[in-house]
Amino acid sequence: MAHLAPYPGMPKHMEPMGFPGERVENWQQKGVEKLGELLKKYRSLQVYLDICVKCGACTDKCHYYLGTQDANNMPVQRAELMRSVYRRYFTPAGKMFPGLVNAVDFDEETLQKWFTYFHQCSQCRRCSVFCPFGIDTAEITMAAREIMNAIGVGHKYSVEIIGKVHQIGNNLGIPKPALKGTLEFLEEEILDSTGHDVRLPLDQPGADVLLVAPSADFFSEPHIQSLMGYAKVFHQAGISFTISSYASEAANFGMFIGSYEHQKKIAKRVVEQARDLKVKRLVVGECGHAWRVAYSFWNTLNGPLDFLDPRYPAPQHICEFTHDLLQRGALSLDKEANDNYRVTFHDSCNVARATRMGPKAGGQFEIPRDLIRASCNHFVDMDEDTIHEKTFCCGGGGGLLTDELMDLRIRGALPRVTALKRVMESDKVNFMALICAICKAQFSKVLPMYGISMDVVGGVHQLVSNAIQLGAKKGVV
Amino acid sequence: MLTFLAYFVATIFLIGFLSRIFVYARSPAPLKIPTTPAPTTRLGVIWRLVTEVVFFNSLFKSDKLAWAGGLAFHATLAVVLIRHARYFVDPMPAFVGPLQIIGIVAGVVMAAALAFLLLRRLVFERVRYISSRADYGILFLLLGIAFSGLLMDFVLRPNIVAIKTQLMTMWSSVTGLPPVNSAGDVMFLLHLLLVGALLVIFPFSKLMHAGGLFFSPTRNQVDNPREKRHVAPWAKALD
Repeated sequence: MAHLAPYPGMPKHMEPMGFPGERVENWQQKGVEKLGELLKKYRSLQVYLDICVKCGACTDKCHYYLGTQDANNMPVQRAELMRSVYRRYFTPAGKMFPGLVNAVDFDEETLQKWFTYFHQCSQCRRCSVFCPFGIDTAEITMAAREIMNAIGVGHKYSVEIIGKVHQIGNNLGIPKPALKGTLEFLEEEILDSTGHDVRLPLDQPGADVLLVAPSADFFSEPHIQSLMGYAKVFHQAGISFTISSYASEAANFGMFIGSYEHQKKIAKRVVEQARDLKVKRLVVGECGHAWRVAYSFWNTLNGPLDFLDPRYPAPQHICEFTHDLLQRGALSLDKEANDNYRVTFHDSCNVARATRMGPKAGGQFEIPRDLIRASCNHFVDMDEDTIHEKTFCCGGGGGLLTDELMDLRIRGALPRVTALKRVMESDKVNFMALICAICKAQFSKVLPMYGISMDVVGGVHQLVSNAIQLGAKKGVV
Repeated sequence: MLTFLAYFVATIFLIGFLSRIFVYARSPAPLKIPTTPAPTTRLGVIWRLVTEVVFFNSLFKSDKLAWAGGLAFHATLAVVLIRHARYFVDPMPAFVGPLQIIGIVAGVVMAAALAFLLLRRLVFERVRYISSRADYGILFLLLGIAFSGLLMDFVLRPNIVAIKTQLMTMWSSVTGLPPVNSAGDVMFLLHLLLVGALLVIFPFSKLMHAGGLFFSPTRNQVDNPREKRHVAPWAKALD
C-alpha cells in the first residue's frame, strides 16, 4: 500500500541532530546496544517489555488498527515488534528457546517492520488507558525511534522539523520579519472587524505573560482564528503579553522521536526567553503534545520555574488562563455570536491522557467544555466511548502529519470521523472545536476525504474570539 | 530428592523474582507519564493501584470477557492459596479451617475460569493471532495444576495426612519423601511438580506482571509535575 511508510531522513537532516547521516555499518549490534542502554534509562520500557500478558484487551483500541485492519497496528503486536527483539538479546528464554517464546533477531526484515509500524503510532496512549497494567505503547514507540535514529535510520519529517526549531526557532521555519509582519497584519484585521486596538506584541520585555503558541497559529487556517482569540482575551483582561521570536514554538517534536536531549534543548528556548524577557507567567497556546511537554516535562527538563509568579500555575494552558478570567468575571461572552454553530468537542489525545488543567483530575475535559458552553448556545458531546480519556487520536499526531503518510492519516481518522458524523446527523452539529494545532491541520485536510467540509473544525478560542465583548468590562489583573 | 527439588525451585523463584523487582525498582523514570486523569496525591495513587489489583479497573473498561475470566481466576487463586496453608502450616491457622468448602468451590471456579480464558484465546481471532506458544504453555500449566488438585479432592485421594507429615519434615531433612502407595499419591507428586515448573518459569515470563504492575509509571505516578520537580539521576547530568 502506498502512503503508509514515511520518508527516511537524509544526511543533511540527520547529521545536524547528532545522528549518523546514514545507516551505520554495524547497525544490528549498535541497535541492540542502544536498546540495552534505554532499558537502563527508562523504567517504563523495561517494565512494559516484560509484563504484557497478551490478554488482548488493547487489540481493538488503536485508531490505526481500526482504520487499517492491519494486525501490526494492534498495540500488543506493535510492541511485540520490539519485545521479540528484547527477548532474543536480553532474556534467558529468548536466548535459549527463541522459537518457543517468539524471539527474533534484529535483522533487515525486523528493521523494516520497525520503520513502518513505529511510524504508524501517534503516541496517543489510548491503549494505555485500557491496558490492565497501563502499558504505554508511546514509550515503546519513542524508544524504537530513538534506537533507529541512533543507527542512522531516521524519519525525515520529524528530524527536519527539529532542525528548524534549533536553527530558526519554530517548526515552520518562520523568520522574525515574517512573524512580525503577520502579527501586525492580524492587529489590523482585528481593528477592522471590531474597532478595537488589540495588540499582538513581539519580543516585548517586561510583559506580564510570555505566550508560546504552536507556530501553525501564525500562518494556518483555522489556527490563526484562535491566535486572534487569545489576543482578544489578553486585551480584554488588561494583561500584557508578548510573543517571542526566539521561542516562537510551543510544539516539541523531540518527544516524538523519544529524545530526552532534544526535548530539553527545544524547551530550553522557552524557559530562557521567559527569564530574558522578565515575564511573570508562561501561557501555552492550543497544541496537544506541546501542552504535554509544557505541563508534564518543562519543570523537569529546564526547571524549576520558580522565577515566575507563584500565584499562577507554571506553565498555564490558554484554556486555564481564559477560564480563570471568566470565573473572575473579567470577560463578557455573547453566546449568540456563535448561534450559527452547533458545537461538539474533540479531546486531543495528549491533553486528555497526559496532562491536566486546573487543580482537579479531569480538569482537562471540563475547562475547555466550560469555555465552549460559555461561548455558544448549542453544545453536544460525541459518543462517550470516544471522548475524555477514551478519545481517539485525530490520526496525524506523533510526527505523522506528513503528506507521504496521507493514506494512513485518512484511515487513522476513521474512528473520530465516525463519531463526528453521528452527532452531525443526530444533533445537526456543524462545528468540532479543537485545542491542538496538529488536530486542526489533520482534520482540515482529512475531513474533506470523508465528505465533510474543512471549516467544520476550528479552535476553542475561535469560538471565544467570536463571542468576546471587547470593551464591555474593565478587566482585571 | 524432593527436598532438593523444593529448595531448588524456591531458590530460583525467590532470587529470580526479587532480582527482576530489583531491576524495575532501580531503573529510573526520568519523566512524569501518568495516564491522566490521574490522582494528584500519593494516597490517591495507592487507591488507583488497589482498584487495579483488586478489581482490574482498566480491564473492566476494555474487555468484559477478559475481565470476568481474569478476575475469576485471580480471585479464586487467592482463596485456593490461602486454603493450601492447611498443608504447610502446623498447627493449622484457625481461619483456614472454615475455608475448606469455599476453597474447594474456588478451585472448581478457578479451573473453569482457566478453561474459559483458554477458550477465549482460541475462539477470538484477534486474541488467537497475538498468542504465542508460551501463552498457551502457561495456561496449560495452570490448568494442569488446577485439575490435578481437583482430582485429588474428588477422585484420587492421596494419603494427605502422611504427606503433610513428610512435608513438615522436608525443610529440615533431605531423606523425607511423601508416600507413593496409591494413584492419589502419584497425582500429588504430579501436582507438586507442575507447581514447581510454574515457579521456575515465573521470573522469566509474563507472570512477572504480578510484581511489575506496581512499577508501571503510567499507574504509580502522582500527577503533580508542575508542583514538584522530578529529575532522574542520569538526566541531572545533562543540566
